[in-house]
Amino acid sequence: MAIMNFGKQMLKNLFSKPVTTSYPAEPYPYPERSRGHVVIDIDKCISCTICALNCPSDALSVDRQKGTWTINRFDCIACGYCVTKCPKKCLSMVPGYQEPMGAKSEETYQRPPESMVKPVPKKPTAAKPAAPAAKPAVPVPAASAEETADGTKEEA
Amino acid sequence: MNGSSTVNKTRTVVPFGPQHPVLPEPVHLDLVIEDERVIEAIPNIGFIHRGLEGLVEKKDFQEMTYVVERTCGICSFQHGMGYVEAVEHIMNVETPDRARHLRTIWSELGRLHSHLLWLGLLADGFGFESLFYECWRIREHILDLHEMTTGGRLIFSVNTVGGVLKDMTPEMLRKILDTLDEVARDVRVVEKTFLYDYTVQSRLKGVGVLTKQQAHDLGCCGPFARASGIACDMRKLGYDAYPYLDFEPITSNDGDSYARCYVRLMEVYQSIDIIRQVIGRIPEGDIAVPVKGFPNGEYFNRVEQPRGEAYYYVKASGKKTLDRLRIRTPTFANLAGLTETLKGAEIGDVPLLILTIDPCISCTER
Repeated sequence: MAIMNFGKQMLKNLFSKPVTTSYPAEPYPYPERSRGHVVIDIDKCISCTICALNCPSDALSVDRQKGTWTINRFDCIACGYCVTKCPKKCLSMVPGYQEPMGAKSEETYQRPPESMVKPVPKKPTAAKPAAPAAKPAVPVPAASAEETADGTKEEA
Repeated sequence: MNGSSTVNKTRTVVPFGPQHPVLPEPVHLDLVIEDERVIEAIPNIGFIHRGLEGLVEKKDFQEMTYVVERTCGICSFQHGMGYVEAVEHIMNVETPDRARHLRTIWSELGRLHSHLLWLGLLADGFGFESLFYECWRIREHILDLHEMTTGGRLIFSVNTVGGVLKDMTPEMLRKILDTLDEVARDVRVVEKTFLYDYTVQSRLKGVGVLTKQQAHDLGCCGPFARASGIACDMRKLGYDAYPYLDFEPITSNDGDSYARCYVRLMEVYQSIDIIRQVIGRIPEGDIAVPVKGFPNGEYFNRVEQPRGEAYYYVKASGKKTLDRLRIRTPTFANLAGLTETLKGAEIGDVPLLILTIDPCISCTER
């Protein structure tokens, strides 16, 4: 039994540098595997909807006709299951957590028109390739025009 | 209030929780007190039921892995593992040896960070703020290991039916060993304070005694039961890499709060030892086997979580979704023991005693 057993450690802590870092000023070194958020390489996407069907929290939606891929960042639980399921490997998990937003919004990405001409290999639907070929190649802005700061939107 | 007819004039009922500074999660207790002593404690849960078990009817069995591991933020890996192993048994999947070893490493890292978290909360419970922050500073090293190996600090998302999704490189194993050396060195400092400090002992020794017989009758589990002298440890069932490892359940015969603190502190060293043993014998090879078809059958799986024994009952009928999933978590088993411990305790010790079962209410209510 002892009294003031922790005193030595307390004195040591008092005169040593704090273990915390001044976070925004000093960026956090994310490990390579860190599951921050999902990004999509929309050029490679074939709108197969496998990611949307397998999402545990239903955060993804895919419109095959329009060729859009939409993610609700607030619903996404960053489990990475869509990344393992994607047949074209166009989804990936990158470090850096989602930044706070003022309003709940969705991010929509539009497939470039030249990729839409190709028939979808997995489930061939005859009517699909012809119709939406004239869509713009730029990403469609989200409903509230909120954009993430990480600049993950792809150019066609 | 039930039993109000038996409450005489000198007795009062003090509602404790669901919001209380000591409680990380909501649980309500009606404390029947006489002067400053608790005569009876009536628990009341149901504040954070989320209906996760019901989701099995909507999500397919692979997706459910990610739902099940979100049952709890602290023992998330072992929740996912318990579920996945139950499904693997139903589907007769032989998990590769390397995956079993990796699961053991992550389980023990999870136990380490859970126990360090608990030790910090205990220190906070008896008002030792510096010790609290010291424990959580040590825990941060473990969380960094989680993030390095899996990508998540608390929710790992590495389990899948058939194995694990991520492998550990030799550099990562090296880094784990180095960090564990550092953690063991730091825990030695706090161990001295927890076990031998005069003020700490006066708060813990002889407080909330649960005898071996009581613990056995009430079906307690985990470190809470081991502190009362019951050597029950589900790791001895021999799942994953545990049959190849050399370890014995840590017990104490005192059954008081000090014994619970002692058992968890020693388990920190035990986990470090287990991880070293696993890294010493981890085989090369695949980390997952492909799984075809849907599960058909039922299975009952048990794993040892940081808080004790957890049951997973899975019933499937050859469809994409499962028929039934039932999880019985250790806190649910230990709540009965808690009400017994509280009888006769000083009201000032109640927050501390609630902490000593390491309550995880969101686990319990799922």
